[in-house]
Amino acid sequence: MTAIPMEHGLALAVALFVLGLVGVLARRNIVFMLMSIEIMLNAAGVAFVVAGARWGAADGQVMFFFILATAAAEVAVGLALVLQLYHRFHTVDADAASKMRG
Amino acid sequence: MLKPLLLVPLLPLAGFLLLVLGGRRWPRALVAVIGVGSAGLAALVASVVAGALFYMPEGQPREFTQTLWTWMSVGGFSPRIALHLDALSCVMMLVVAWVGFLILLYSAEFMADDDGYGRFFAYMDLFVASMLVLVLAGDLLLLYLGWEGVGLCSYLLIGFWYRDPANGRAARKAFIVTRVGDAAFAVGLALLFTQLGTSAIPEIAERATAQWAGGSTLATAAAALLLAGAVGKSAQLPLQVWLPDAMAGPTPTSALIHAATMVTAGVYLIARMNVLFALTPAVQLAVAIIGATTLLLASFAALVQTDIKRVLAYSTISQIGYMFLALGVGAWSAAIFHFMTHAFFKSLLFLGAGVVIMALHHEHDMRKMGGLRKELPGTFGAFLIGAASLAALPLVTAGFYSKDLILARVWMAPTGGLWLYLAGLAGALLTAVYAFRMVFLVFFGPLKEKPSRRPGVAIGIPLAVLATLSIVGGLIELPANLGGRPVLSGFLASALPPTAAEAIPAEGWLQAVAGLACIVGVWFAYLYFLRSPMLADRLAASAAGSALRRFWFSGWGFDWAYERLFIRPYVWIARVNKGDFIDAFYAAVAWAGRLAHTLLSQTQTGNVRWYAMGLAIGAVVFIALAVLL
Repeated sequence: MTAIPMEHGLALAVALFVLGLVGVLARRNIVFMLMSIEIMLNAAGVAFVVAGARWGAADGQVMFFFILATAAAEVAVGLALVLQLYHRFHTVDADAASKMRG
Repeated sequence: MLKPLLLVPLLPLAGFLLLVLGGRRWPRALVAVIGVGSAGLAALVASVVAGALFYMPEGQPREFTQTLWTWMSVGGFSPRIALHLDALSCVMMLVVAWVGFLILLYSAEFMADDDGYGRFFAYMDLFVASMLVLVLAGDLLLLYLGWEGVGLCSYLLIGFWYRDPANGRAARKAFIVTRVGDAAFAVGLALLFTQLGTSAIPEIAERATAQWAGGSTLATAAAALLLAGAVGKSAQLPLQVWLPDAMAGPTPTSALIHAATMVTAGVYLIARMNVLFALTPAVQLAVAIIGATTLLLASFAALVQTDIKRVLAYSTISQIGYMFLALGVGAWSAAIFHFMTHAFFKSLLFLGAGVVIMALHHEHDMRKMGGLRKELPGTFGAFLIGAASLAALPLVTAGFYSKDLILARVWMAPTGGLWLYLAGLAGALLTAVYAFRMVFLVFFGPLKEKPSRRPGVAIGIPLAVLATLSIVGGLIELPANLGGRPVLSGFLASALPPTAAEAIPAEGWLQAVAGLACIVGVWFAYLYFLRSPMLADRLAASAAGSALRRFWFSGWGFDWAYERLFIRPYVWIARVNKGDFIDAFYAAVAWAGRLAHTLLSQTQTGNVRWYAMGLAIGAVVFIALAVLL
């Protein structure tokens, strides 16, 4: 099994991250925004794993577990927010909740 | 028996505190007992202490210092709360305490119908306490405390009937004008301390002679600043404008504060710091010239006033001018002697005028008075004695001896003696004219209005005592050719530098001239204001006469000039600067802040995706910076 070059892995991470970011910025459906954030988190996780493999250290994989845990927590809070949003505005459009306009 | 000295200022202060706490609720009798009694007790204690000082055994220094505690101690500056009793402060203390007591006794009846009875006695007690602190202070800073204390009481009592805005205005005027002098005094005090390293009065005297050569710049500056303070408090030129207006206060106030005691604080200050003034002949000459000018200007102004209290006010300014004249020629004890006799006869005149004013329903205008001789015989007698003493009627009155002593000493003065003497003599003539103008207008002639009430015992006793003192007060200092009893100057010699000891040449002639001036003045007043009043009217009706009359009536137009020189420009500057142009900078800062706020609040759309965009762009920018730089 030939090692995958680090650049490829990082390029994948960047691609995933940008996809996620564009998703967050472009989608108005808050459920899809949450999913895009998950993708961004996973992009960071890929970057960690790739870096860990490059240096032959387990730290990258350890960090990935942290990210998983963070993502789980984030989803929990995020879904609660989604429910609240729907409860109040009867929509899942994130732009509907813009009462904080200066 | 010197130890109870502390009680002298403390008793009136206690009276003040009691009256401030309970004066509103307590019955009038109790208020009067506390108010008058505390001053009376203080006068008794003062007499005991003074007796102990006077009969001190030979050989011991005739002074006593009671140090209570150190006020503060900051970098070598450690003024002490210390009372210093010597011959000078002893004479002042006795006069202040006794005259204060008599006037308070008078007030107990005079103010009986007033709503602010308790307030009045509280202020008066505070005044007596402050004045006693002033004269007994052994430290210049403590003296300054008393100095400001009497100024405060003066303000409070001039504006005592505060419902009339004019009284408040007069009170503010007095406060602000004396403040000009007080500021100079404070600067002088600071100068003395920084240069001499002490604020204790005896040490200042010692170090000033040791450190400063005669007439050096610093000594001159310090003396001039103290003189400015004295001029403000004693209503001398050019700060005399406040005193005539100060007559807005109740008459006992005018008698105590604006005639007998507070306004002579300047005289006391100069006498107290005599070493400093002796070091600076130029300033001392200025004192004499200020005194001579003031006494002349004020006498002329007193000639034409119609308000009886304003006549007395100008007369006070003029008599303090005599004291300044005496100080200026180095006749220290003569100035204190005149202070004493003036305190007697001027408070007597004010109290007499108070009786007349009260009897005629608060009528101040002398043109509406007349013929009261038969109606108020006791008051007439007292007022006549006071006026005679003020006019220095020869031989029989106290005022004659003190004024004669001043004139004789001025005659002998090495610099400008003749001119100053002539000014003093002219002043004596004018004094006799205006003093007896008052007597003739008020008590002689046809009866114009019947008095509504007669004075009682509490008014009678002070009048009788002060009248007696105005006659016999001169006996403690008789000139050499009339018995020669220099009791007062002998006593004062332990505290003040002795005046040139040589006998006065041609003493009898000087007395004769002064006596003649007085008699001519009285005759003139009789001629113009009693025998043929139309003479005076014709004089006043002529063009020059009426112009002069109006000019003098307004006090030589000082108020007019100050209005244009100081008040109007000040008001103009205030109006120009109403927009606070200095604040423009701060206003601009506030405006920029508000603008930035408006701009930034545009970015707060409340839209989550917009914020995420902001985060993303920010991250990109910072990463780009980190990579590129």
